[in-house]
Amino acid sequence: MNVLLEISNGALSITAVLTGIGLVFAALLIAKWISPRSFSVKKSEPYECGIPTRGESMIQFKSGYYIFAILFLLFDVETVFLYPWSVVMNGMGPKGILCIGIFMFVLIMGLAYAWKKGALKWE
Amino acid sequence: MFDFGKWTSAFNSFLLGTGMPEWLGIVIECVIIGVLVLLVYTVLALFYILYERKLCAWFQCRLGPMRVGKWGLLQVFADMFKILVKELICLKGTDRFLFKLAPYLVITSSVVMLACLPWGNGLQIIDWNIGIFFVLAVSSVGVLGILLAGWSSNNKYTLIGAMRSGAQMISYEISLGLSIITICVFAGTMDISALVSEQNSMWFIFRGHVPAIIAFIIYVIAATAETNRGPFDLPEAEHELTAGYHTEYSGIHFGFFYLAEYLNLFIVSGIASLMFLGGWMPLHIPGWDGFNMVMDYIPSPVWFLAKAFFISYVIIWFKWTFPRVRIDQMLAFEWKYLMPFSLANLLLMTLCVAFGWHF
Repeated sequence: MNVLLEISNGALSITAVLTGIGLVFAALLIAKWISPRSFSVKKSEPYECGIPTRGESMIQFKSGYYIFAILFLLFDVETVFLYPWSVVMNGMGPKGILCIGIFMFVLIMGLAYAWKKGALKWE
Repeated sequence: MFDFGKWTSAFNSFLLGTGMPEWLGIVIECVIIGVLVLLVYTVLALFYILYERKLCAWFQCRLGPMRVGKWGLLQVFADMFKILVKELICLKGTDRFLFKLAPYLVITSSVVMLACLPWGNGLQIIDWNIGIFFVLAVSSVGVLGILLAGWSSNNKYTLIGAMRSGAQMISYEISLGLSIITICVFAGTMDISALVSEQNSMWFIFRGHVPAIIAFIIYVIAATAETNRGPFDLPEAEHELTAGYHTEYSGIHFGFFYLAEYLNLFIVSGIASLMFLGGWMPLHIPGWDGFNMVMDYIPSPVWFLAKAFFISYVIIWFKWTFPRVRIDQMLAFEWKYLMPFSLANLLLMTLCVAFGWHF
């Protein structure tokens, strides 16, 4: 709640989102209006060193990215749990530290396992 | 210190005093806010483009743009106009819907993040009580835009560039989040305005001493990687991948990615100044009342912008100091060094707070 203007945060966030969309839309409209347009076969080919593209472009790629994405998911969910804890931590006393200590221990074990299995190795 | 909230609340009571219905007043205020955000966004982006070009030139003993206007000040306007009149090309075989959706996602996420930053005393638009968490959540929408841009362009370079960029941004987001959590533990709040007012007596980097300084260093490194800059600009490694994920974008489509990149630089610097260097809060030293009074005379937006520009300067400085890293080095640095360090630092900060080892 923005107390000074008496507008709810939801309305303000929607305003910001609409502003972003409006910026892109308006700029594209202006560009469509004043920019030249011409068509040729060569122009609509992908840029790859000047030689014609071989095969499909949406190819299978290295699976290493996938492993890092899964690791990211694990630790990002961890940080989501840490945020509410960070706010109430000071009022909980030693119990707060103990609980999050166990939680982090399990996660660090997970990271150590991934490390030992060679998931963090890029080859 | 001058409270800009007086202006906004005076304007609000003026609008409601004219006898118009409340919803109309709110709509008018929202439109004014939107226009202001748009203006600030464009002016900041233009300023940052010139700032970076001039700094790059000075680091290399060059002059930078000098021809257009006095000291090349009008160069950015010329560039922006030129980019606007270029043709928009959509290649054959691209996924047109995703190709056009990607700039929307990238720009919108940076506009929403910009609206969350407090610029001065009473100059803040969105103020959730989970403020800083909201900013981080919105920032991950930008990653989606980059991945979509690379995937939909029908080019192998852009695909690999987007995958690298995505892997880098999601990896460093964890360290970024953990260093912000370190400060949240110390402050006991996620509300952006409360975080700033907590730093009234002293900035967090001084109050939290060792763990806060470590968190600040981790934050700056992670922020450099998060904005695809400096030694971590391998998604755009020119001699391997041409221009990374936005190779196939032309004209203003490319301009959107360019703008969002500079705005993201400002936003991460703004968050660093907000979390560690007191946001718009002047430099206060407990006990030095005369000094504190003098510092209060400097307007709060000047403090905020000066801190943000200083941190941007450091990030631009990195780019011209360190050689570019390889992707395996980059990922190993995050997962084997930075993240375990930031976890350990979080525990250290927890102990500091629990035993009161801070100012």
